[in-house]
Amino acid sequence: MFKIGDKELKSRLFLGTGKFGSSKQMEAAVLASGSELVTVALKRVDLETETDDLLAHLKHSHINLLPNTSGARNAKEAVFAAQLAREAMETNWLKLEIHPDPKYLLPDPIETLKATEELAKLGFIILPYIHADPVLCKRLEDAGTAAVMPLGAPIGTNKGLKTLDFLEIIIEQSRVPVIVDAGIGSPSHAAHAMELGADAVLVNTAIAVAKNPEEMALAFKMAVESGRMAYEAGLGAISRSANASSPLTGFLNM
Amino acid sequence: MTFKELFNTTNWEEIKSSIYSKTAVDVERALSSGKRTLEDFKALISPAAEPYLERMAKESNALTQKRFGKTIQLYTPMYLSNECNNICTYCGFSFDNKIRRKTLTDEEILKEVAYLKERGFNHILLVTGEANHTVHVPYFKRVMDLIRNEFANISIEVQPLDEAEYGVLHEAGVYSVLVYQETYHQDVYKAYHPKGKKSNFEYRLDTPDRCGKAGIHKIGLGILLGLEDWRTDSFFCALHLDYLQKTYWQTKYSISFPRMRPAEGIIEPNVIVGDRELVQLICAYRLFNEDVELSVSTRESEHFRNHVIPLGVTTMSAGSKTNPGGYVVEPESLEQFEISDERPVEEIARLIRDSGYEAVWKDWDRSFALQSGKQNENEERNTVIKTSDV
Repeated sequence: MFKIGDKELKSRLFLGTGKFGSSKQMEAAVLASGSELVTVALKRVDLETETDDLLAHLKHSHINLLPNTSGARNAKEAVFAAQLAREAMETNWLKLEIHPDPKYLLPDPIETLKATEELAKLGFIILPYIHADPVLCKRLEDAGTAAVMPLGAPIGTNKGLKTLDFLEIIIEQSRVPVIVDAGIGSPSHAAHAMELGADAVLVNTAIAVAKNPEEMALAFKMAVESGRMAYEAGLGAISRSANASSPLTGFLNM
Repeated sequence: MTFKELFNTTNWEEIKSSIYSKTAVDVERALSSGKRTLEDFKALISPAAEPYLERMAKESNALTQKRFGKTIQLYTPMYLSNECNNICTYCGFSFDNKIRRKTLTDEEILKEVAYLKERGFNHILLVTGEANHTVHVPYFKRVMDLIRNEFANISIEVQPLDEAEYGVLHEAGVYSVLVYQETYHQDVYKAYHPKGKKSNFEYRLDTPDRCGKAGIHKIGLGILLGLEDWRTDSFFCALHLDYLQKTYWQTKYSISFPRMRPAEGIIEPNVIVGDRELVQLICAYRLFNEDVELSVSTRESEHFRNHVIPLGVTTMSAGSKTNPGGYVVEPESLEQFEISDERPVEEIARLIRDSGYEAVWKDWDRSFALQSGKQNENEERNTVIKTSDV
């Protein structure tokens, strides 16, 4: 169990719902993953018809929606989209995404901080997508964020934990849950993030684009659980050389 | 530096001969490279790449899925007017084509809109010819005010405008602007466009720069396949894309692949681009640029569209009419060209699903646009509240 805002979650695997070949396939993968928190792009949801296909496939009592502001290029657009999402999806949870760069979809730290400050005042539970920037994480904490979502690698690249050194610092320093988002391309990447002490991971492309998304979702579920278990069990320290004797201080025992 | 300045440093014949002299070694290098350059693009569109088509297709498939997932976006054009003062020898709307012209009235537009919404469309492309006395920015602005709340995403394919005019339309809610250079061969361009404002090659060449400066969300580029050597023209289009992405880095881009189609009173294509070559071009773009949207329209045949879905495209039109009022109001008015794939959109959506892809009807929300179009905010907020009350 861990907590974000006032919500207790059993699963430490969050899913993105884009990129799947069909809503049915997406639903099967979400169910197989055991995830209780899935992110949905406001821009993909049709708020005007009562039967949005994407949302219809996410109607399960254990699944919480995490609307995201993908498409917003600055704080102003994101704050507006957030309010719209709150009304439409009836949740004050928000994955804050501000990427003015449509090529690598890299998050804008300045606008993200600005938006977090404003949204916190408006009562949102904010999970911002950010660079693996430890200082920014602390600034976001001060601004009232509920968690931080640093990237492992550029979104959709499946490259794994390219930002490893910075993720370690963030995890060490953070007072809010750390969710590694973006770049996680295989279950071993997810397990690694969990072993480092991340509170959760968010995965989309690696599952959605797999040949068998449902099975891949299950593989990620197991990896996340095993990584977390290893973290809690306490991993042995990594040593660069064998510790057979104490040649420098051995004389003290004589 | 604007693109025009960059363009003026190039030479058509030199680039053409450089493309045609690419060898299998160049293609292999391009295929194995992690970051592909414009030189790699040349190799991939060269005749030397033809034996590598299957490998290119597989790579294009994988790259596209990685970036866009297994999804295809659907849109449809809505022609507002076929009035045009340009003479373009390949276009049904050409001024010298003596056929009755039509521009839709507000009432007619709403009828067409109702029909398209009924079909499920949420992304729409507004198309006109170039008739600056009647189909001008005030007209477009009026149309936007009329239909802005009906669609999630509205694009335009109209005459090139000034930067300030694009600014006005951006504020009015226009998401993207499509403006095809047709051909980057300056002399040939003059021959195909002998009269009208469109005959100004350089003003057209500068148009994407003006769109970028005006903050337009997405810019669509393309050449008309059939006018000139498609490989050389496509290189220039890729050069244009590359320049724009670096200059207007907050803007999205799309590439379309219009092949000349039969139309009333037009010339025969100068160059035939076959299916195999078009696939090569689509794959080459994807290998060169992982994030550009690639769009295939109903100009293409059923057979081609049945198979092109996994090859790198991201966007398809469906159930299109290319004449103003073509859906409901005046089905017999002058069309720009004959479409080839006449299947209704439900059938195309099924085709996409059967190919293992999700047909995406909505991938934008007009609430984002609203932040630039301040004047509509209150009106829009009311709509939002009404919707969520339902």
